[in-house]
Amino acid sequence: MTTLSIDHVSRWFGNVVAVNDITMTIGPGVTGLLGPNGAGKSTLINMMGGFLAPSTGTVTLDGQQVWRNESIYKHIGIVPEREAMYDFLTGREFVVANAELHGLGAKAAQKALATVEMEYAQDRKISTYSKGMRQRVKMASALVHDPSLLLLDEPFNGMDPRQRMQLMDLLRRMGDEGRTVLFSSHILEEVEQLAWHIEVVVAGRHAASGDFRKIRRLMTDRPHRYLVRSSDDRALAAALIADPSTSGIEVDLAEGALRVQAVDFGRFTALLPRVARDHGIRLLTVSPSDESLESVFSYLVAA
Amino acid sequence: MYDPTVARLTYRALLGRRRALILGALPLLLIAISVVVRALAGADDQTASDLLGGLALATMVPIIGVIAGTGAIGPEIDDGSVVYLLSKPLKRPTIIFTKLIVAIAVTMVFSALPTLVAGFILNGNGQQIAVAYTVAALVSSIAYAALFLLLGTVSRHAVVFGLVYALVWEALFGSLVPGARTLSVQQWSLAVAHKVAGGDLVTSDVGLTTATVLLIAVTVLATWYAGQKLRSLTLAGEE
Repeated sequence: MTTLSIDHVSRWFGNVVAVNDITMTIGPGVTGLLGPNGAGKSTLINMMGGFLAPSTGTVTLDGQQVWRNESIYKHIGIVPEREAMYDFLTGREFVVANAELHGLGAKAAQKALATVEMEYAQDRKISTYSKGMRQRVKMASALVHDPSLLLLDEPFNGMDPRQRMQLMDLLRRMGDEGRTVLFSSHILEEVEQLAWHIEVVVAGRHAASGDFRKIRRLMTDRPHRYLVRSSDDRALAAALIADPSTSGIEVDLAEGALRVQAVDFGRFTALLPRVARDHGIRLLTVSPSDESLESVFSYLVAA
Repeated sequence: MYDPTVARLTYRALLGRRRALILGALPLLLIAISVVVRALAGADDQTASDLLGGLALATMVPIIGVIAGTGAIGPEIDDGSVVYLLSKPLKRPTIIFTKLIVAIAVTMVFSALPTLVAGFILNGNGQQIAVAYTVAALVSSIAYAALFLLLGTVSRHAVVFGLVYALVWEALFGSLVPGARTLSVQQWSLAVAHKVAGGDLVTSDVGLTTATVLLIAVTVLATWYAGQKLRSLTLAGEE
């Protein structure tokens, strides 16, 4: 059982507060650290990994201080976001070097390469690897010493869907084995597919924490706004407002469109095409106007 | 204290294609000039001493020292790949010490060895000049490697600062301001060379004892401080 504790941690750079008084406990299983770009996720992960000192507060792994404590890395595996990784080595040489730095040998390296299914390309130079291959070799280097805590910073960035699925399977397996796995992401769907537990960070603050379903419900239950253009906006507006899933409609004359606010996301998305068909109205545009992650998050923070 | 894996990674990074070309260019130039000078002017002790002192010791050794010393750690810190060393249960001073050994070895091979060859070409080691300057190059390789390794650890502009120190302080400022010479790795190593060669061909502004103490102090302090800086190195990421 490995538990990472973040206790009232803040970090500022000059006048900019990147992480603001965050307290969270990461236990075994897969935890997703979710937040929009620039929310402070990387800063937080860097502090968890001992590469950045908290301005205030402490980060401990099973009671042991992480900052300035090299021996902690016997238990931590790190997959950094940055690409650079001794490109002049082959994948195998890189993972073997990582194993040796842990006092292990080529056997451990080979096992890690097999775990990430990179044996087929292990003798190629890293400089020739695709993004997904790099990510997997990084993963192998982090797994080589069988760590109980795995920290991954935006591990799915730039991966194609197949590579993404493979890595998700691997992380899921790691979590099932009882390891503590924490990964950061700014993509809701990634976190939804993988994490058992999520921590949401917005603008350096801890916005939400807990079971994914609960937070997802908070996200989907919020009012959704849509911009709709049709062959007969007023007739469509009249038909939609009759249903309780719609809480407000504005006819935007300048845009030549309807601005619809829906309260029941699921029901509204089923209603709109049916109503249009029944009234012989052609839908020209249906676009969510506040689907950006920031608006989802700001809603969460307010909730 | 010494980690063979860190050493291997550092050697391979340092002697990668482009950097090896730069490292190799200066020694080749020195030897080429020596051949030409010998052919045109014949063997002359004073000429040999001037060339080895002015070109080899004052220019080549510090530049090679800058490339090897800063290159042993600077690029890894810049591109973030140092994270793979730092995320290991490895004492930070061990990383620095190992990189220092590599930087010293590379500086010695690419500066002291060509100095010896050039010396033999110029005057066949007459009056021990070739050996004296080679010893000076060996000694200064250690101090330069330590200084520039520290610079590579603390600054993102280590190469620029290193070259400014090597070329402006050591070469230019030192020849204009007498006081500056006392604080010059080149002068310290010349004091050692003076002891080897005897006579007046190789001279230094600093006494041997002072020079030895300063050489050791600079090397030890720079290495210790680099280890401390690495312990609290911050990888701020790209946010």
